[in-house]
Amino acid sequence: MDHILVADKLTKNFGDHQALNHVSIQMPRGSIYGVLGPNGAGKTTLLRIINQITAPDQGQVFFDGQPLKPQHVTQIGYLPEERGLYKSMKVGEQTMYLAQLKGLSKTEAKTRLKYWFERFDIGDWWGRKVQELSKGMAQKIQFIVTILHEPKLLIFDEPFSGFDPINANLIKDEILALKEKGTSIIFSTHRMETVEELCEYIALLNEAEIILDGKLSDIKKAYKNNKFEVGIHVTEGEGIVTEIQDVFSISSIHFNEIDGQLNFDIQLPDSDTRSFLNYLSEKGTINNFVERIPSTSDIFIQTVQNKLGHV
Amino acid sequence: MSKLSLIIRREYLAKVRNKSFVIMTILSPVLLVGMIVLIAFLTKVNDSEKRVIGLLNEGPYFSTDFNPTDSYSYLHFNDISLEAAKDSTRSMGFYGLLYIPEAANVETTLMNTVFYTEDAPLAAVIDNLEDIFQYRLQQFKLTSIGISAEEFAEIDDRFDMQTATFDGDQNLKGINEIKALIGGGFGYLIMMFIIIYGGFVMRSVIEEKTSRIIEVIISSVRPFQLMLGKIIGTSLAGITQFIIWIISAAILLVVVMLFFGIDVTALNQSASAMPAGLPGSEVPAAVDTLQLYAEELYRFPWLMLIFFFIIYFILGYLIYSSIYAAIGAAVDNETDTQQFIFPIILPLMLAIYVGFFSVFGNPHGPIAVGFSLFPLTSPIVMLMRLPSGIGAGGVPVWQLIASIALLIITFIGIVWLAAKIYRVGILMYGKKPTYKELWKWLKY
Repeated sequence: MDHILVADKLTKNFGDHQALNHVSIQMPRGSIYGVLGPNGAGKTTLLRIINQITAPDQGQVFFDGQPLKPQHVTQIGYLPEERGLYKSMKVGEQTMYLAQLKGLSKTEAKTRLKYWFERFDIGDWWGRKVQELSKGMAQKIQFIVTILHEPKLLIFDEPFSGFDPINANLIKDEILALKEKGTSIIFSTHRMETVEELCEYIALLNEAEIILDGKLSDIKKAYKNNKFEVGIHVTEGEGIVTEIQDVFSISSIHFNEIDGQLNFDIQLPDSDTRSFLNYLSEKGTINNFVERIPSTSDIFIQTVQNKLGHV
Repeated sequence: MSKLSLIIRREYLAKVRNKSFVIMTILSPVLLVGMIVLIAFLTKVNDSEKRVIGLLNEGPYFSTDFNPTDSYSYLHFNDISLEAAKDSTRSMGFYGLLYIPEAANVETTLMNTVFYTEDAPLAAVIDNLEDIFQYRLQQFKLTSIGISAEEFAEIDDRFDMQTATFDGDQNLKGINEIKALIGGGFGYLIMMFIIIYGGFVMRSVIEEKTSRIIEVIISSVRPFQLMLGKIIGTSLAGITQFIIWIISAAILLVVVMLFFGIDVTALNQSASAMPAGLPGSEVPAAVDTLQLYAEELYRFPWLMLIFFFIIYFILGYLIYSSIYAAIGAAVDNETDTQQFIFPIILPLMLAIYVGFFSVFGNPHGPIAVGFSLFPLTSPIVMLMRLPSGIGAGGVPVWQLIASIALLIITFIGIVWLAAKIYRVGILMYGKKPTYKELWKWLKY
């Protein structure tokens, strides 16, 4: 597979503290990749190494098939978790400065900035100072600056923290549009539920190590545990619950019954749902049958617990 | 444009456009000239006060000695009692009453002379009276041993030692101090520049940390580039400010002089008129001496001094400002900087004090040599020694080379260390750093 980014056994220590321990990732070109894990797991250190802000003690990063070089910064866009702008500088000047630092020429920077300012409907901010802008406004500017040089790889650290829902959706849409154009995107967050729907690939980081990585759909498949959510219209609920327990040899079922509607969760012994559905359809009208796919944070917790169990 | 020049440009413009910087640049010369004018005015007002002193002289001596001057006038009481004289002095609000009783001779007269005042009198007033008495007393004594005033004037002569170098050049007294003072002025300029603009560099780094833009920037440029660009940009702004100050101060001084009707040419005249107070025969010699001083200063190695000033200025400023940058990176706010700033200011102050107390007296003594080699003080101390020249009779060439070599080595070492601390520090938030912490950062 064609990889935009490969990290090979990265290790980084800060004094006695180990931030990364032999961390390897392979990120397919054009994908959205989630680097997930709790605070302090080493996510930001990994991103800083990719951005050449810090150097790894051991290991190597390959960008676009080549070992990472200083000039690669012009092909990467990074929106750090700790982000801000010069407060007393005017928006126009500041964005021009940051764009030129990323290697754009003056005219190029100006044309592109004009385009994005129009697109976000903020053209009249050009001459204003950053300290006059609201937090949400400043975030739009930061986003524009991050993507302006049309990098091959975009990296967002805790992208949606601090955004109001409207801005968050706006940004999300823009990111997806960029993905359509072929940009590869990394999301890093400890709030796994915020990016789950967006990521095709994930790496779970915990205590400086990758505990799980790969294609999200494969991971979910592997962590599928035949849990289903059932809603059925029946005349007499409790009897059926006991019967199901007997027939499918299941220990206990949590259920509730409202106006003849019986709702319960069930974990089947195997993935064969046909006989169960046949059985249910004889008992009443099924109006809800959904597989309970584990969320990323469920998977994370389970993986961490498994690891602890092995130790 | 290269990234470094982009950074320099931004830092320069950010500094120059800063409101307080603009205000400081405009206001400082105005304030300076204003201060000078104010001091001159106050001194004049202070001097113009005239004191009236009552005088009751019962004896025959000193009757012609108390004559009105610019500062003092005397009211002579005649044929009244001491008490009456005291009362009228007080009721008329005079400064005091000088009582000279009648006595057998000058000595006993003086022993019983009293100066009465409301409160303890000013030292200047007492000095003035004492001078009058002493002068008259001296005259009495001279007369009593048979020496005329003319004869005494002949005896009371000044003597100025002439000095010369072995090569036969005439040396001028105090010229070394004057030269060292000029060198000291350059050294002082370096110190002030380091403290003011080093502080600016530090605050600028802190600002980037607190505004959280730092990580955005260093994902595009190397931290070292940012640090260097910041230092250079800020110092260019500083140099701009200095140039504006020098030009505007000069213009303002001329304007003020014209406004107050001070004739610039009159200043020159009064300067040359001063030695004319000496007895007539010495006037040409004194003018000659002045001429020699002027010539000596004209021959002063200005170009050499300015050349080395630029070298020491650049190296010294880069060393100190990179330390300032590292401090700015290590802390989250300015209040945490105190513990780190003191050790920086210390060698600078030491250099200035050692310079003024030790180098002036003996520009090539062991202390002067030591401090002009030690890299953290050499930019200031060496500039104080250099006016005496290089080579024979001046700073030995090896010392100059060693001093600059040490400075360059230190410069590389310190900038390297500072850049390391800077690189780690700019990404650290919420920790109040200690020296131990900084030491750990060097190993990251």
